[in-house]
Amino acid sequence: MDAMVRELSYAQAIQEAMAIAMDMDERVFLMGEDIGVYGGAFQVTGDLVERYGTERVIDTPISELGGAGVAVGAALTGMRPIFEFQFSDFATLAMEQIVNQAAKMRFMLGGEVSVPVVMRFPAGSGTGAAAQHSQSLEAWLGHVPGLKVIQPATPYDAKGMLLAAVADPDPVMIFEHKLLYKMKGPVPEGYYTVPIGKADIRREGRDLTIVATSIMVQKALDAAAALEAESIDVEVVDLRTIRPMDKQTVIDSVKKTSRLMCVYEAVKTLGIGAEVSAMIAESEAFDYLDAPIVRLGGAETPIPYNPELEKATVPQVPDIISAARDLVKGVR
Amino acid sequence: MAGASKAVADSRANLPFVYRQYSAEQLKQVLYKMYLIRRFEEGAEESYMRGLIHGTMHLSIGQEASAMGICMPLGEDDQITSTHRGHGHCIAKGAEVKRMFAEFFGKTTGYCKGRGGSMHIADVAKGNLGANGIVGGGIPIAVGAALSSKMMKTGKVVVSFFGDGANNEGAFHEALNMAAVWKLPVIFVCENNGYGMSTSTARSTAVKNIADRAAAYSMPGVIVNGNIFSEVAEASYKAVERARAGEGPTLIESKTYRHRGHSKSDRNRYRTKEEIEDWMSNRDPITLFENELSEFGFIDDKGIEAIRNGVAQEIADGIEFAKASPSPDVSETGNYVYTEQA
Ligand SMILES: Cc1ncc(C[n+]2csc(CCOP(=O)(O)OP(=O)(O)O)c2C)c(N)n1
Ligand SMILES: [Mg+2]
Repeated sequence: MDAMVRELSYAQAIQEAMAIAMDMDERVFLMGEDIGVYGGAFQVTGDLVERYGTERVIDTPISELGGAGVAVGAALTGMRPIFEFQFSDFATLAMEQIVNQAAKMRFMLGGEVSVPVVMRFPAGSGTGAAAQHSQSLEAWLGHVPGLKVIQPATPYDAKGMLLAAVADPDPVMIFEHKLLYKMKGPVPEGYYTVPIGKADIRREGRDLTIVATSIMVQKALDAAAALEAESIDVEVVDLRTIRPMDKQTVIDSVKKTSRLMCVYEAVKTLGIGAEVSAMIAESEAFDYLDAPIVRLGGAETPIPYNPELEKATVPQVPDIISAARDLVKGVR
Repeated sequence: MAGASKAVADSRANLPFVYRQYSAEQLKQVLYKMYLIRRFEEGAEESYMRGLIHGTMHLSIGQEASAMGICMPLGEDDQITSTHRGHGHCIAKGAEVKRMFAEFFGKTTGYCKGRGGSMHIADVAKGNLGANGIVGGGIPIAVGAALSSKMMKTGKVVVSFFGDGANNEGAFHEALNMAAVWKLPVIFVCENNGYGMSTSTARSTAVKNIADRAAAYSMPGVIVNGNIFSEVAEASYKAVERARAGEGPTLIESKTYRHRGHSKSDRNRYRTKEEIEDWMSNRDPITLFENELSEFGFIDDKGIEAIRNGVAQEIADGIEFAKASPSPDVSETGNYVYTEQA
């Protein structure tokens, strides 16, 4: 690796992006529960309050609906708020402002306004926090025209996509898997953006396309590395944005490999996997398929507390390996 | 609960409420349970450090008098909704610590069969409709339970516990309004421990006292020292009477303090060591109650010793029970998502 490029954790990368955004633009400010002196539930804002003060790093009361609405209102009127939900699960308390207001404001007003708000959602399971603190609800928001919904999977993308989100004139929802926060990776200093709406081919391969999101990207890469030993050559596409989706990158990959598997942590049915599969079925790539499409997603249950059960409810590397092997070998 | 006899009552005429209202046996049982809550949470904390419990937990150490005082006038049929900081409520409403430990250890013998853990602890048979991972989530649910009580004429009173932080959620305001409009048998108990996570009430809440908000919903708002068992029990007693008489809800603000951090990830940066120290050494609810009991002659040193030993044994047995219990099988992840039908 380039010796010049530092390694940062995913959380540090987000923090750095927020600091750069605040340095570059005085309209940018942060809002959320316990993001000040506490540093955020996952220490993503960390010590930013010491550098930017309580006027720009604002602790809200425990009021998700109100807080989201205030962020929408501020964005509507010239500010650039970045609103942190303490857990993505609490989006459920703020759906009104996100879905009925932020997403539709520009449309309803005939393009007279825009809502450049960024909302950050720590998501996913694996921390033993049980059913109300472990969900992956990105597809809920992905269903709403007017929103952009992204899921960076690396520290590099976490920084670059956050900066792209702040620069974006429309509401951008960022889902950050909690288990990624400690993941380290190369992150250049200074300002750069990673485009919203562009997937990334994280590994090239000939036999099978795995379209993965968020933490499943790393799991898919691990599975791909293991499958190399069996001469199964996996291409891993990191979707990165679920709305608007980069269809062409997925279509081109499937045309090359002729097999498709979707891997994501959210509940399997009626979600991202369904969307990607249907999109391929509707596209010219359909004719290239050599096997039925496979979806690996979360179990059709809330996330349980017991650690073994918790692990069993979301796809793990061995699950991906065996599903990929079966798919390539034609086992149904 | 049965009260003290007439003669005894006369001799206690000048003592605080609970010493007039309840027997020595009942009050000793309260001390036992306060210790049980304290030692349960210490046991849970230690098990967490040793890696036997995963996830996170929110300890109510320092708030025991509040849980016990509120539950004192409740009958077994009455119901509560609880919070993420709900171990004390659960024990106060009659749960067995061994099944609570089992839940924390993720075992099938736990109250939620290992699916819920600390944050969703419940004991429906004893009227605890459950802790809640969502701040304010239990408040409207309690109003719904009170509506059932009224419609089904069961006579049940419902208590909703929540924290100071929860009073800034919309759910709090919507629920209080409906309970008042419909005169429901529900008691809203705000355990104000000064902070919602790192945010003090001064920084989060426009009114000085949460109880002030009762005025907006036309119900009595009562402030009590949540670390003095008798004060809490008296306020609860009156609110229960009012609820049972069909006069509607009460908002009780129980001012207290949590000794521990918010959860397992708290660096305690938002409060001083001196503040914590002051509450621990000068206002500990168990010490205060134990001292009163001795002073008024309800218990002697031997009695206290016996209670402490009894609690220690129950805790040790509970942990053993939890350790020895089986884990659910991973093939059973799909259970309980829907109601099983024959
Ligand atoms: C809707 C919602 N928002 C935020 C949280 C995260 N959270 C859990 S407990 C807590 C603080 C609650 O404070 P308070 O109501 O005063 O109760 P305490 O913890 O002091 O007992 C927060 C912010 C949550 N669980 N649910
Ligand atoms: Mg509090």
